[in-house]
Amino acid sequence: MSAQLRNFTGSRIFWPVVILVGLVIVDVIAFPGFLDITVKEGHLFGAPIDILRNGAPTLLIGVGMTLVIATRGIDLSVGSIAAISGAVVSALLLNSPTPDNPWTVVQAVGIALILGFILGVWNGTLVAYLKIQPIIATLILMTAGRGVAMLITEGQILTLHSKPFEWFGSGFIVGFPVAVVIAAVVLILTMLVVRRSALGMFIESVGINPEASRQAGIRSRGLLLGIYAFCALLAALAGLIITSDQTAADANNTGLFIELDAILAVVIGGTSLMGGRFSLIGTLVGVLVIQTLVTTVYIVGIPPVATMVFKAVVVIAVSLLQSPTTNEKFANWRKDRRRPTPTKAIEPKREKVSA
Amino acid sequence: MKKYAAIAAFGAAALTLAGCSSDGGTDEATEGATAAAGETEAAAAGDAGDMVVGFAQVGAESGWRTANTNDIQRAFSDAGIELKFSDAQQKQENQIKAIRSYIQQGVDIISFSPVVETGWDAVLNEAKAAGIPVILTDRSVDSTDDSLYESFLGSDFVLEGNKAGEWVVNEYADADSVKIIQLEGTTGAAPAIDRAEGFIDIIGADPKFEIVASQTGDFTRAGGKEVTEALLKSNPDVDLIYAHNDDMGLGAIEAIEAAGLEPGVDIKIVTVDAVHDGMQALADGKINFIVECSPLLGDQLVEIATAVYNGETVDKRIVTEETTFTQDEAIAALPERAY
Repeated sequence: MSAQLRNFTGSRIFWPVVILVGLVIVDVIAFPGFLDITVKEGHLFGAPIDILRNGAPTLLIGVGMTLVIATRGIDLSVGSIAAISGAVVSALLLNSPTPDNPWTVVQAVGIALILGFILGVWNGTLVAYLKIQPIIATLILMTAGRGVAMLITEGQILTLHSKPFEWFGSGFIVGFPVAVVIAAVVLILTMLVVRRSALGMFIESVGINPEASRQAGIRSRGLLLGIYAFCALLAALAGLIITSDQTAADANNTGLFIELDAILAVVIGGTSLMGGRFSLIGTLVGVLVIQTLVTTVYIVGIPPVATMVFKAVVVIAVSLLQSPTTNEKFANWRKDRRRPTPTKAIEPKREKVSA
Repeated sequence: MKKYAAIAAFGAAALTLAGCSSDGGTDEATEGATAAAGETEAAAAGDAGDMVVGFAQVGAESGWRTANTNDIQRAFSDAGIELKFSDAQQKQENQIKAIRSYIQQGVDIISFSPVVETGWDAVLNEAKAAGIPVILTDRSVDSTDDSLYESFLGSDFVLEGNKAGEWVVNEYADADSVKIIQLEGTTGAAPAIDRAEGFIDIIGADPKFEIVASQTGDFTRAGGKEVTEALLKSNPDVDLIYAHNDDMGLGAIEAIEAAGLEPGVDIKIVTVDAVHDGMQALADGKINFIVECSPLLGDQLVEIATAVYNGETVDKRIVTEETTFTQDEAIAALPERAY
């Protein structure tokens, strides 16, 4: 048991989990009913459920982003792809004579997802075949994509009235919000596929050394293309959930800055931006930290002008706690305290600094 | 009429001289000349028809803004005045670029809705140096030097907050205590600051009104929904939501419905703007009161631009004509609303 505990305290997600628990404790102090979950009109209702549902789009994008980052890449275009998919589905439903027909909705959703996938193939082609740096390659769609979404909506906020489509954002499956179920299924399936097959290892090896993996026989270009396409597909799905949740396509604001939230979640979760090892569970914890942080601001009543500073402080705390250098210092400090004579402890420390 | 013909002819000459910069120049000059000769066009076309106005819009962030854009474009096109239009996508640097490009093109009047209040002195001085008058619409700038612009046409946001506050005071005249959640606009934006100030000025006089929570929803539906969702959990006994725009109010409606309550009855909602979706919700009884913040200022802008162009002095501050709507008024007004 104690070995397991030590394993956990040494793991990369230990500190993010500590912060998450800390935020929840703050919320419970500010509002004792924070963790209450009740059943209202046949579904679960409560602040934790809101956190899960509002975090679902970020988690979907975070899953794709984790894999992209593991290949030493980055995808900045996810927010714009989400906006495009929301715009496309809204335009299709608004121009359809039968927006309440489930089959119409299935078709519109299908078209939006296929379009997202195609945009991902575009990203992947730029990165894998034309060898453009990922940050530049995806920057193109990040800026142009929102323009495309604006063209589709003609700069308007398109309000939707389609019952079957609203199910995505505000419907329930056995008491759980649809968005949460979708995100959970995607997370679990992705974890199974990357961990139960060699795919995860391929991704990590491409991220650590693309050339060596190529020589070892991994088709890194096809793999990269596939991962960017998968990431964009999830972004399109997230766009549908956001659009359905607010029952309107808002080309300006749908998925705005969600790429930064997703990247932050991935990093908080312990996946290195240098590529290689990745942790999907870590990303889940990262998303929960970010979303709980947002809710904490409202519950504790932090004034809007101070919100950004508050968020920054928490993020800095997580990063510092996670950093290997701080951890090492912290470990040394603990060792120092255990040792009776301080003089001996200082010596190895000096060696380390000089080395 | 002779005078107008002369002006039109002069304008035609000027446009022919400047014709190399735009292909449409000669066409319009001919148009102006024929109009004056035939004496068919209104006087405005004679003395403003050759005027070129550059308008730098904030963006297309809301239905309100889109209605604003459409009305300005319609008004200038009706008046036969050439309008150069740009969209800054809510970024100040884009807007400054657009204004600089208008200065280089040598337009006659520059008009814009500032994205933020500060940081305009440099570019406005450039316009002043080039002798191009500037008219602000909808939002003002925070500058000590008010000679940098000719006039500011727009809503009085403090007054809007006052109107919302007055309705609340009347509505709850018999209540003992009223708990209010305020959904603020984008932090630091003039409408957010002024609408909060105007509201508190009125309700602050009576201690029974208590703002239990005030958070920003960034003027968006998603923001309004997320904030309301969280605040309803920690303040379940809230009586009223005051949202700084319709979109956040619409988001709040969704959050209230999700909590199993009835918006407009269990929790009353007051918003500002009166865009179409908001008016629909008001007519449906989900919002209780909307203070109009009219985006339809195109005709007033044309009038001011023409006056400035003709060298007349205009007021530094011109308030847009606006009203308020109750649920019954919304039902009556909805069929003929332009936006």
